[in-house]
Amino acid sequence: MVLYLLLFLVLASLIAYFVASRRAVAAAGTDLREMHSRPVYHGMNAVVYTAVPAFIFLLFWLLFENSVIDFLVLGSFPGSEALNSSEKALLISEIRQVAAGNIFQEPSQAVLNAVEYLKSLRVTSTLLLSAAVFVLAIAGAVVAVMAVSKRFFARHRFEKAVTWFMIFASTVAILTTLGIVASLLFEAYQFFKRVPFYEFLFGLRWEPQIAIRADQVAGQGAFGAVPVFLGTMLVAALAMAVAVPIGILSAIYLTEYASKPFRAVVKPVLEILAGVPTVVYGFFAVLTVAPALRQLGTAIGMDVAPNSALAAGGVMGIMLIPFISSLSDDAFAAVPQMIRDGSLAVGATKGETIRRVLLPAALPGIVGGVLLALSRAIGETMIVVMAAGLIAKMTVNPLDSVTTVTVQIVTLLIGDSEFDNPKTLAAFALGLMLFIVTLFLNLIALRIVRKYREAY
Amino acid sequence: MSDSVIDGKTAGPIWKSPEMAARRKKRHAADRRLQLYGIAAITFAIGFLVVLISSLIYTGASAFVQTKAQITVNLTNADVPADDIQGANWRSIVRTAMLDLLPEELPRSEQRDYFAMFTSNAPYLVRDYVVDHPDLRNKEFTFKLPFADPVDQFAKGQISRDTPEDRRRINDKQIGWFDTLQAEGLVSKPFNTALIFNSDSRFPELAGLAGAISGSFWALLVCFLISFPLGISAAIYLEEFAPKNRLTDLIEININNLAAVPSVVFGLLGLAVFLGWFGLPRSAPLVGGMVLSLMTLPTIIIVTRAALRSVPSSIKEAALGIGASKHEAIVHHMLPLSMPTILTGTIIGLAQALGETAPLLLIGMNAFITSPPEGLLSASTALPTQIYIWADSPERGFVSRTSAAILVLLAFLIVMNGLAVFLRSRFERRW
Repeated sequence: MVLYLLLFLVLASLIAYFVASRRAVAAAGTDLREMHSRPVYHGMNAVVYTAVPAFIFLLFWLLFENSVIDFLVLGSFPGSEALNSSEKALLISEIRQVAAGNIFQEPSQAVLNAVEYLKSLRVTSTLLLSAAVFVLAIAGAVVAVMAVSKRFFARHRFEKAVTWFMIFASTVAILTTLGIVASLLFEAYQFFKRVPFYEFLFGLRWEPQIAIRADQVAGQGAFGAVPVFLGTMLVAALAMAVAVPIGILSAIYLTEYASKPFRAVVKPVLEILAGVPTVVYGFFAVLTVAPALRQLGTAIGMDVAPNSALAAGGVMGIMLIPFISSLSDDAFAAVPQMIRDGSLAVGATKGETIRRVLLPAALPGIVGGVLLALSRAIGETMIVVMAAGLIAKMTVNPLDSVTTVTVQIVTLLIGDSEFDNPKTLAAFALGLMLFIVTLFLNLIALRIVRKYREAY
Repeated sequence: MSDSVIDGKTAGPIWKSPEMAARRKKRHAADRRLQLYGIAAITFAIGFLVVLISSLIYTGASAFVQTKAQITVNLTNADVPADDIQGANWRSIVRTAMLDLLPEELPRSEQRDYFAMFTSNAPYLVRDYVVDHPDLRNKEFTFKLPFADPVDQFAKGQISRDTPEDRRRINDKQIGWFDTLQAEGLVSKPFNTALIFNSDSRFPELAGLAGAISGSFWALLVCFLISFPLGISAAIYLEEFAPKNRLTDLIEININNLAAVPSVVFGLLGLAVFLGWFGLPRSAPLVGGMVLSLMTLPTIIIVTRAALRSVPSSIKEAALGIGASKHEAIVHHMLPLSMPTILTGTIIGLAQALGETAPLLLIGMNAFITSPPEGLLSASTALPTQIYIWADSPERGFVSRTSAAILVLLAFLIVMNGLAVFLRSRFERRW
């Protein structure tokens, strides 16, 4: 249905375009130059009038259609006031399933009635929507076509519409951030109503596997996130321990020592490491790195957990090498050649120039890059979901298995999406922490990098 | 330089003294060491890449072929009604065909083990084949039937004959039968078309990527349709029209920041807003594409702004000078000139979106779905989430299939990035 409405809008716009531009040509009479706007703008203006209001209406209708229908159906269902939200969600999904023809068990009469009501509502909704879209489109087209005249500023109108669209497009970024902040805050607030804030922030036990239904056997649940934070920091620290020295050293070699052809080949090859999807790294960590580390550990008599923090952190570090390398590269490139020449001229070797002159001069840029990489390491998800553990342990032993914030978010949310128990809500609280920390790191890093760039 | 005097006698210039020479040697050694460290670092990184790729190819290559047995299905005497082909007793037809492969009669007690060698969907495979070719209804024909996963692995050498029987998933009898079939020339290893054309399945030998590929395609299409126009419009506004004020500063900070927000947070956004507040369906490529578009948007905006900035202002001024409006100057002149760069950046952004996994997991695109999505709203997986599902599967057969799926994903990424490189080298203008 929606597809047909969209097709109708396209068709109506085309017709409006031709009618309006024809009318413009006719209105111009013998001399087209007397028109304020060229016919094409009259046509485009008619397209805007025809399609845009109807399309926006269609979009909003579709966004809220389901929620409104669910609300109405539930409202008509006998005894629905007494249900809590998860029971309501179950009921509505049952009604929808029956309406779609997937009947697993004989539905009750009440459900059948609700299904009838749901179907009638859907028909009404479609009819109303189609009627509204038709009316809006045709009214818009008529207004635009009637407005065509010599002194009608169609180009101004059209360009104004385009500008408004561009302004809307620029605010999408803000809307996204607002959406993130709002959803995280809202769900986290629900969580903190059930679990006290200080317990989440300072508690030492993290056992979120609690009963979702009343008859399930499960633990009581504990939501002290300190072990999760500790695990995240451990994995991130391991990743940085791999990525920072290797990234900076390779950047030094590539900018200062390597020949041009060597650089031209090696730099893109290194960049490949950044282009590999993280799920691939995760699988690689499980398939190759973790068993190898385990064997190595057995060989030297150390006990390495099958999903050790070292495997996850190490592979994550590899992923971040090109990131740090290219940011350090930029930092080195920004140091003026003069400074290098000055150092070489007083007799320093290339190595001394790099260590004593170049590195200090490029340090702010490098630190900015490292902070950005750290924020990535903290927010990185797939590698740790696949290669790190699920159980939160208070340990800083890299050979042990730890869990991270992102692992917990994913495992808590996979499978069920009921928003009314602490288990799923905890994921949003963790997400909020993650967002705040990475935001903070990014802002500092961007500031450092920018400030440094202005120095020379 | 003046000669130095040490212990009352002239010892040549000071920089020629043995102490200085030793020091110089040390300094140069330090220089060489730094170089060496650099080379070591690069070698380590590239070596790791090589290990990564080669281990994937090593484990994944075998999944591109599938061990199959050629069975001869005889329908001349079977009761296959023309109007109800599906209703025939395909189970017994196929089992008879399987038993016919062996020269000797099998006792009933051993038949169970024997049938387990073949994929358990065998009756349906043959049935569907006949449904597609109704003229075979009362004829005899050969059909290549996939072996079950343990036999497949044995045939590919991943399960060794030397392993004790109780520690492998294929027993000695089954190995014996397999050897018999092989001796009869009935075993073949054709290209595993199921990997590309089937959807997910519980059985590794039948599992394929068709559903995941089409899910990824729809999600990327949505992502492109949203982020491309919005990204370009936003970039034009910010670069050419926006007044310098608080609001536009805020927008810029926002865009830079969004590019660095962890992807899993976008998943939380999609889960709470798109699924929770707007009530869009779970696991739908539409929602996946919407979430991915929010992540791609900053990339496209940043690239477009850089591209617009690199167009010489003389071009815009010339257009304005002969009476074009600002919009016309941009749309008719600056945008076409910067389009190659924008497209390159867009393709790279889409390639990143194709590999993105975490946000799709959170909106439920990791469901077990055995048919390709019918549209934007039907449940589906995507390539990276399919990789995650398979990597999590306990069956050994999924290990090589996961690697194969990764190779397929990497192939898509290479093609997209290759296209971007081509566009850049072919069309990009340097001013």
